[in-house]
Amino acid sequence: MFVTQQSLYLTPQYYFDNSYLEYIIPLMAKNPEYRDLFAGALELMILHSLRVKPMHGYALVKHIQLVSDDLLHIEEGSLYPALQRLLRAGLLESKEGTSAKGRPTRIYRLTREGIKHLEHEKFGFETMFDGITRVLAVSKA
Amino acid sequence: MEWVRRLFSRRRRYQDLSISIQEHLEEKADELMEQGMSREEAMQAARRAFGNVGLIEERSREEWIWPELEGLRADLKYALRQLWKHPAFSLTAILTLTLGIGANVVVFSVLNALIVRPLNVSDPQQLYNVEHKQHGWYTQSYPDYLDYRDRNRTFNGMAAYDTFSAALATRQTVTKNFGYLASGNYFDMLGVQPLLGRFFHANDEHGTDPAPYIVLSYDFWRARFNSDPNVVGSTVSLNKQPLMVIGVAPKEFHGTELFFWPDFWTPVTNGPLIGFSHHYVDNRSTHNLFVLGKLKPGVTPQQASDDLNSICRQLAQEYPMADYGLDARLVKPGLMGDLWGDSTRDFLAAVMALALLVLLAACTNLGSMFAARATDRSRELAIRLAIGSSRWVILRGVLAEAILISLAGGAAGTLLASALLRALSRWQPFVELPFHVIVLPDAKVYIVALLLAVGSGIFFGMLPARQIRRSDAAQLIKSSVGTEMLFRRLALREVLLFAQIALCTLLVTASLVALRGMERSLHARLGFQPQGVMLAGTDLTMAGYKEEQFLPVQKRMLQETARIPGVSAVGIIDRTILGEGCCGSESVFPAGTTDFRKELFDSRNFSISPEYLKASGMHLLSGRNFTWHDDADSPPVALVNVTFARMMFGNTPAVGQHFLLYRGQLPKEVVGLVEDGKYQSLTEDPQPAMFFPLTQEINDDYTVLVVRSTLPPTELAGMLDRTLSNIDRNLPLTLHSWRDALDLAFFPARAATAALGIMGLLGAMLAITGTFGVATYSVSKRMKEFGIRLALGAARVELVCTALGRPLILLLSGSIAGLILGMLASRLLAQIVYEATPRDPWVLAGTILTMTLLGLLATWLPARQSLSIDPARLLREE
Repeated sequence: MFVTQQSLYLTPQYYFDNSYLEYIIPLMAKNPEYRDLFAGALELMILHSLRVKPMHGYALVKHIQLVSDDLLHIEEGSLYPALQRLLRAGLLESKEGTSAKGRPTRIYRLTREGIKHLEHEKFGFETMFDGITRVLAVSKA
Repeated sequence: MEWVRRLFSRRRRYQDLSISIQEHLEEKADELMEQGMSREEAMQAARRAFGNVGLIEERSREEWIWPELEGLRADLKYALRQLWKHPAFSLTAILTLTLGIGANVVVFSVLNALIVRPLNVSDPQQLYNVEHKQHGWYTQSYPDYLDYRDRNRTFNGMAAYDTFSAALATRQTVTKNFGYLASGNYFDMLGVQPLLGRFFHANDEHGTDPAPYIVLSYDFWRARFNSDPNVVGSTVSLNKQPLMVIGVAPKEFHGTELFFWPDFWTPVTNGPLIGFSHHYVDNRSTHNLFVLGKLKPGVTPQQASDDLNSICRQLAQEYPMADYGLDARLVKPGLMGDLWGDSTRDFLAAVMALALLVLLAACTNLGSMFAARATDRSRELAIRLAIGSSRWVILRGVLAEAILISLAGGAAGTLLASALLRALSRWQPFVELPFHVIVLPDAKVYIVALLLAVGSGIFFGMLPARQIRRSDAAQLIKSSVGTEMLFRRLALREVLLFAQIALCTLLVTASLVALRGMERSLHARLGFQPQGVMLAGTDLTMAGYKEEQFLPVQKRMLQETARIPGVSAVGIIDRTILGEGCCGSESVFPAGTTDFRKELFDSRNFSISPEYLKASGMHLLSGRNFTWHDDADSPPVALVNVTFARMMFGNTPAVGQHFLLYRGQLPKEVVGLVEDGKYQSLTEDPQPAMFFPLTQEINDDYTVLVVRSTLPPTELAGMLDRTLSNIDRNLPLTLHSWRDALDLAFFPARAATAALGIMGLLGAMLAITGTFGVATYSVSKRMKEFGIRLALGAARVELVCTALGRPLILLLSGSIAGLILGMLASRLLAQIVYEATPRDPWVLAGTILTMTLLGLLATWLPARQSLSIDPARLLREE
């Protein structure tokens, strides 16, 4: 999911800030089975999950883990920058609400634009998966 | 506009975010507690699983706005707090930059006013003076001007003008005033509009007939006529000739020579009317006029100059006598053609370079201060790195601090410079000349100041960047200073110090060269003894005399003045040597020449009375002086100087030989040889000069009485005034000592000395603070080591050597490098400063002495500090 930050290479920040690499390398080393998500995957899952039901942050993490049968493990922290990105793009909106335990939190919900975007992206992903699957099938044969 | 809305809603957004994350953690913790953890354990585990809460929150917030902007605000706030907490550091830094940037703003403003900002008219960059190719030959004859104007195909217009002074009489008073004789199209070509009345135009000119009009300058109109609007249509008299005031120029128009602000303009064809020779407008060989042309759009100066040179070739064919070898080149207007222009440009460019060097030295100074501070703050930086701050953010903080300092310094420097420039603009260095320099800063100057400030901030802020980028948090926290890092950092600081010392030595050398040149020029062989001489200048033409009436009046002046008790000698010369408007020159030819097209050389020419030699103190080397018997009826005679004799006659003795002037039919006999002198400027090469008796030659209508006396100047001035007024009440008189009259000649050297002296002083101050900083730092960082060494029995002197050895070696090597640079730069200085060379033993010794003193001064305190170490106390404290 860090791939989305590729533009960093172009900024002076990248030059001075190698902490970004420090952050990602141990993560992958610790967990050899872990595959880095590709660009936009996290956003896609967030949008889709929230379309099913508006949720708050923690619930969203739980939901994705649950429905993916723990195959996908989301770094809890990385969820929040992604949520802000989607809010900024106007694909989500947030409003005050309470958690299951009655604590104040913010509930995230898809906007009309978010739905449109999700459909568009889903189509893109499906085409891509289709393509990848075909290529892999050929190499096996 | 979306981002504006976002800017204002972001506080709510951030709050939402914090609440969400807080709830996330709590819920996770709840879950873990259900699995049997204690609350504390659960909270810790939740945080671990989540990641760095602060960092993630920051990254999330950054999605909302250009993060740098927000960061910048925080950085600036933090930087302000840092500066406030270290007032000594901040003040030193700001003061250093105030001086560095202030010096640059002053020099740039002068440069801007004299060179970059052209004349105050429309399309100034299209204007060029038409001159001869030979340096210093900047005037044209009126007939040549007319041909240039009418035959060229590359100029939209071409005007001519001359600067002069004249007696201007209104009903009540007569005063000496300064004016322009200008061609009819002058104002129209420049595109200036009158404030009152009208200007004269091309159609007011009828051939070379006079046009009895005069246009007043705004300042003169205000001062002399109380801004009376009815002045238009009234009559004033100029050298006793009535002229009608037809208009008043706008306030901001001061003619086309930056240094000569006129009181009035009158048509150029009035020259003969107001007392100039009739040759002024009809003789092709009489060169008096500046020619100013405005290029057609799209025409390059090169094309225009080619065009003019082809006209020159035509003219040389048509007028083989007067225009033989005529050529043309274009120069930027405003500074007396290239006479002042070239040297002013060179000098200002050199001073600008020095000023930038001062700023560079100041920046390296600040750079090492910042590097040292970054080292001192390494623990703080390490902690910030360890808790997840990026190096870029830390560097941004340092940069913010640097730019804040540089902006404060820039603002203070600009304020200081503005005050100085205001004073400079009011300054009128010469009593005899309407010389004003308006050097008030304009928008361009402020922009340059801002750029310099920001640029230097970034420059010295980036110097410690390497250090921050390479710092390793773990290493830094373990030991306060990493050993390998120490070596690196010192190396950077030392390189900076070396560069700075070299620059400062260069500045010190330059200022010493200037001082030495000044000192030498005060004792230069001028070819006369100005001490104890009073000059009384008068203009017989202004007083209404005709040329044939001059001699009796001049003789009477000499007799009456000689009678003043205390006057030991009095003579007359027609120009003040080394004074304003000095000197004319004339072509000379070997005796027997018949083809006068190519002269042997040009020689300065003066007319003098026989007593001039005694009064001025000019030495006669061989032959005889003039007597009053050398008059119009006797054979023409001349005194020549040594250079003239060598150029004309080689090794044969000059006395008794003859030479020719173009206009003189009879050959001149050299009756005496006089010493060489300086005539126009102190830095000129030896010039040939010839002196004629006033009874035989009148070069100029000016009359200068040279009065040698032991009386105090004020008393003598009073007596001279009374004596000469008794002869004719209407004589316009200027009285001053010869020393004062030399102001103009000394001006370049004085200006150079002042400018270079200030630069040298700034350089020296920076060298002291720079060396002091590095020496103090190197001592303070090694206190612990010194304590141990002392405790183990090391001698204190040894410690001092260790502590200060490197700064001193740097000082020495930097000084040598600076001296070498100074030698290389000496060619530049030689144009401005009399006999400038850094190879002068006094300059060398002075530079070495100055740098040694600087070194001692700068290392004195750190040395004492390392001498006064008490090992027991030091080790206890550490």
